[in-house]
Amino acid sequence: MITVENLSKSFTQNGSRVTALDNVSLDVPDGAVCGVVGTSGAGKSTLARCISLLEKPDSGSIRVDGTDLVGLDGSRLRAARRRIGVVPQGDSLLRQRTAAGNVALPLESAKVPAAQRRSRVAELLDLVGLSDKASVYPDHLSGGQRQRVAVARALAAKPSVLLADEPTSALDPATTDSVLTVLDRARSELGVTVLVVTHDMAVVRRIADDVAVLEEGSVVEHGKVLDLVSEPGSRISSTLLPETDQAEPLRPNDRSHDVVAEVVLVGFAAVGALLPEASSRFGVELSILGGGLTRLGDTPVAKFRVGLSGERSESALKWMIERDAHVRRAPVSVDGVAA
Amino acid sequence: MSEVTPWSEVLELARPATVQTIYMVLVSTLIGVVGGLPLGVWLHMTSPVGLSPRPVLHRIISAVVDVVRSIPFVVLLVVVASFTRILVGKAIGSTATIVPLAIAAIPFFARLAANALREVNSTVVEAAVTTGASKMRIVRTVLLSEARAALVGAVGVTMLALIGYAAMAGAIGGGGLGSMAIQNGYYAYDDRVLYSAVVLLGVLAWGMQLLTDWVTKLVDRRRALANV
Repeated sequence: MITVENLSKSFTQNGSRVTALDNVSLDVPDGAVCGVVGTSGAGKSTLARCISLLEKPDSGSIRVDGTDLVGLDGSRLRAARRRIGVVPQGDSLLRQRTAAGNVALPLESAKVPAAQRRSRVAELLDLVGLSDKASVYPDHLSGGQRQRVAVARALAAKPSVLLADEPTSALDPATTDSVLTVLDRARSELGVTVLVVTHDMAVVRRIADDVAVLEEGSVVEHGKVLDLVSEPGSRISSTLLPETDQAEPLRPNDRSHDVVAEVVLVGFAAVGALLPEASSRFGVELSILGGGLTRLGDTPVAKFRVGLSGERSESALKWMIERDAHVRRAPVSVDGVAA
Repeated sequence: MSEVTPWSEVLELARPATVQTIYMVLVSTLIGVVGGLPLGVWLHMTSPVGLSPRPVLHRIISAVVDVVRSIPFVVLLVVVASFTRILVGKAIGSTATIVPLAIAAIPFFARLAANALREVNSTVVEAAVTTGASKMRIVRTVLLSEARAALVGAVGVTMLALIGYAAMAGAIGGGGLGSMAIQNGYYAYDDRVLYSAVVLLGVLAWGMQLLTDWVTKLVDRRRALANV
């Protein structure tokens, strides 16, 4: 697991001080995938470079399995670097070495004997699905294949944390998928903790368990993706979930419905059965006014705006809340009209 | 008009002169690479974009390299003559000429090598840093390895420059094709000898360029197809 605590970093640029990271803290539990998202200039690259131990933060700590890796020098710094596998942003393969030669690089630094090196390289190329490309030079590989070789290389020295900096930035959706699959497999087959720094929400949608939103050098949201999507004000929620009805503001009720609410449903059971069951159990008429269904990782998540009509509408809504539906309603003023 | 030198005599002059020129150029290139490569690596490593930036030290090495490089070779020949005498016992002849040639070649190649290393993609170098590789290992397995084609090219450029320098040395008793052109050709009003030497110098330069290109292609694996 990796714990980043109170990380701060500023640069002097054209004579003025620019704060890139301001007290950034985040932690990723063992074997989880955490997406660090933010717009360009939010401090993502600086954070990635600090965690890669390429940049020294001004203050704060980066702990991998409890050991602080900030402020080390010489051979202890080099040993620390082996605990964090890095997939750097952009093309990072040696062009004069084959795919296998590239994957072997960290093993050479770690002085692993040649025979062991060969079998480890074969394992890793198999993991990323490129066994048949072992003796191919990077210039003859596609962008996605090169990125997968970079992932295999980052995993070679058996790090406990894998950091990928914009691993999908130059790739089309289909290739992006192949790279994300490989990252996901690294987590599930090797138990590596994965940190993906990205501006691409598709990465979060596909593989992230946790997410941290970076804005102007600070973490403004951090937690489990499935927890955050059901939080009303969450930025993650509004980007990841379907729009319900952007034109119409949410009202407590309208002409044809006694109750209008927004409902977020997480998981197969909730998405499939909760609404119809509430409707039949309480004898209310339930219509979907907007929203839709999406999938986060393997979990279906729905966000609907629903209208309920019938005497027991309020009870139906309460029943759904008791069954973990996340319901948002517009505040009701005293006379029952929308505030 | 003096009578024309027969071809057999031209050949007799040309054969040892060509051998001497090749000898001078190869040996001084070798010394230039052996001395210039570490210097070039040092130049690159201490530079602002290098792995161990040392601004002051970098500026000093850089200045020394550039000063030596900017001394006209004819002047360098004369300036180091006494040093040459101490080193090889005499100041004329092809072995003696190797001393100033090597002194010129070292900073020349060092600068070219530093430029070649600077062209290695910084992302690739940083990727190696994150694997926990030591600086020495990165120099060997990343910088020198990735820049190998450019480095071989730099050896070629150095060789060509040294052919020119070696010919210049011929003017003051350096031996080789330069001597043949100037002493036996120009001063003796013997156009056939002069132009034969010039042609041979040209062929030699062309041949060395071809050789460099061939070796470059041989070491550059980037576009090599899989050897499955």
